[in-house]
Amino acid sequence: MATAKRETKKRMSKAALREERWGRLFVASPFVGFLCFMAFPIVFAFIASMSTWNGINSITDNFVGLQNYIDLLTDAKFWKVIGNTLIYMIGIPIGMILALILAVGMNRKMKGVKILRTIYYIPVVSSLVAVAIVWMWVFNYDYGLLNTAIKAITGQHGPNWLGDEFWVKIAIIIFMVWKGLGTSIILYLSGLQSIPRDYYEAARIDGANGLSLFRHITIPLVSPVTFYLLIMGLIGGFQVFVEIMVMVPKGGTNYSAATIVFYLYDKAFSNRQMGYGSAMAFLLCILIFIVTLINFTMQDKWVKTID
Amino acid sequence: MARKDEQSSELKSTKSKVIDAIVFLLIAIGAVAMIFPLIYMVLSSFMTKNQILSANFSIIPDPWKFGKYSEVFQKGEFLRGIRNTLTVALPVLIGGGFTSSLAAFSFSKLNFRGKNCIFMALLATMMIPFAVVMIPQYVMFTKMGWTNSLLPLIIPGLFGNVSIIFFLRQNLTSISTSIAEAAKIDGCGYFKMYYSIFLPLMKGPLLTQLILWFMGIWNDYLAPTIFIQNDEWFTLQVVIRSFNSTYAVNSDYPLIMAASVISIIPTLLLFFFFQRFIIESMAVSGVKG
Repeated sequence: MATAKRETKKRMSKAALREERWGRLFVASPFVGFLCFMAFPIVFAFIASMSTWNGINSITDNFVGLQNYIDLLTDAKFWKVIGNTLIYMIGIPIGMILALILAVGMNRKMKGVKILRTIYYIPVVSSLVAVAIVWMWVFNYDYGLLNTAIKAITGQHGPNWLGDEFWVKIAIIIFMVWKGLGTSIILYLSGLQSIPRDYYEAARIDGANGLSLFRHITIPLVSPVTFYLLIMGLIGGFQVFVEIMVMVPKGGTNYSAATIVFYLYDKAFSNRQMGYGSAMAFLLCILIFIVTLINFTMQDKWVKTID
Repeated sequence: MARKDEQSSELKSTKSKVIDAIVFLLIAIGAVAMIFPLIYMVLSSFMTKNQILSANFSIIPDPWKFGKYSEVFQKGEFLRGIRNTLTVALPVLIGGGFTSSLAAFSFSKLNFRGKNCIFMALLATMMIPFAVVMIPQYVMFTKMGWTNSLLPLIIPGLFGNVSIIFFLRQNLTSISTSIAEAAKIDGCGYFKMYYSIFLPLMKGPLLTQLILWFMGIWNDYLAPTIFIQNDEWFTLQVVIRSFNSTYAVNSDYPLIMAASVISIIPTLLLFFFFQRFIIESMAVSGVKG
């Protein structure tokens, strides 16, 4: 009896060991990929960020400690691109508000509303480069769609959207809201559909009107979606690059359109200051980390769940 | 639930019908504004250069010119761009789809020590900005001599895609483990268990994820522009972007627009065909994430 038991135990552990071997083998590929293309580059970038490395010279011979980080903190251009990047983030709440209003509208049972939803989603799946090119044209000072419309309505010439230090920011914000609206609508719609109808019916019996239903039921109950969109919007917002690269290739008048990643790219690949670029990348990483952390700690204060 | 819906629609008063009509109209106006730049892109690809640049604004091409599309295809670099993008997509989707689904199966159905550690490490990479790793990766690929080929875009993809692993693993947790346990007792090999039981079970979500991945590869601009040094290996998006700077000089906007239209069509078609699945998987990752 006892020996039999020990034997099963032994056999079990043999089977478990076999399972472990296969289990590990099956995840080996992404794990090796993680080591080669993530872990190693991160460690490497961290060391490089403390040198005046240009991609060719030796990192150890050009070790400068924290100098790059200190230089960055006094680099006016760096502060400027941080400012620009933050200004673009005004688009996040604008997009969320528009998306929520549209989603509430689409949530009514109406024929043909699905086609409209599809239309709002088209910019999301379209190539960023292609739509940025189109919008360059929309924003064109002399012949653009927008200025033509402004002239037709007001009789005055519209602003130099992509050339002016102020208007370029508005232009980029408009573009980003346009590109991302579809995603937010879809997510809000699925959030709205998960709200039980009884909530509204009960509140209506209590005499609540449409606006207070929206304020006291809809907004709190889609707050998990709002939270997700905020986190994703901020993480993505810190990394805006391609649309700037396409629409304002030089970073705009006085670098007024450049973002953090744009400056990083400029330094690392155009000036070959790869150590400096890596330091910037790490500060960016820390920035994203802090903002995400703040978001998660604030979460309990305003994010509600249905149960 | 269905009966309740019916009831409520029967009860719909004229007042709520009027509200419906107004809401619909407003959403429709917004939709027109959303799509208008893209419609204008299509229309202007049929215009003449003079019409686009004329002082009198017009939307309808006069005369309609279809020649820009064949002109785009006659430019060797455009077709080469499409070929390069497909050369990246094909092995990545097959190889990466295989490694990702295999890993997802292992993470959700097999037991081994260190499983959670590895999984968390992979998840953490989703939060690391690409900007942090792009410089070392660029130097690494240069040292290996890969920047003269498509390898920097292909090889990393073959190892699997973390967001797909995450998504498929979530999906598999809803499938009972008893199938796996029964298969283990029957002495079924682990690879066979993946291949003949779980792969068919996750076929649908895997396909959706692969479509999304394809769209990602097709639309990717950042990685190719950093890693690919030789024009011969430029992918489609890089080619479009260079068209934009090359042909804007002599204001050949119809050509640029035609090239952009062509570059958008494949992802749009995929989206139209698989809309339900794509939106579903988007919504799931949003609500769970």
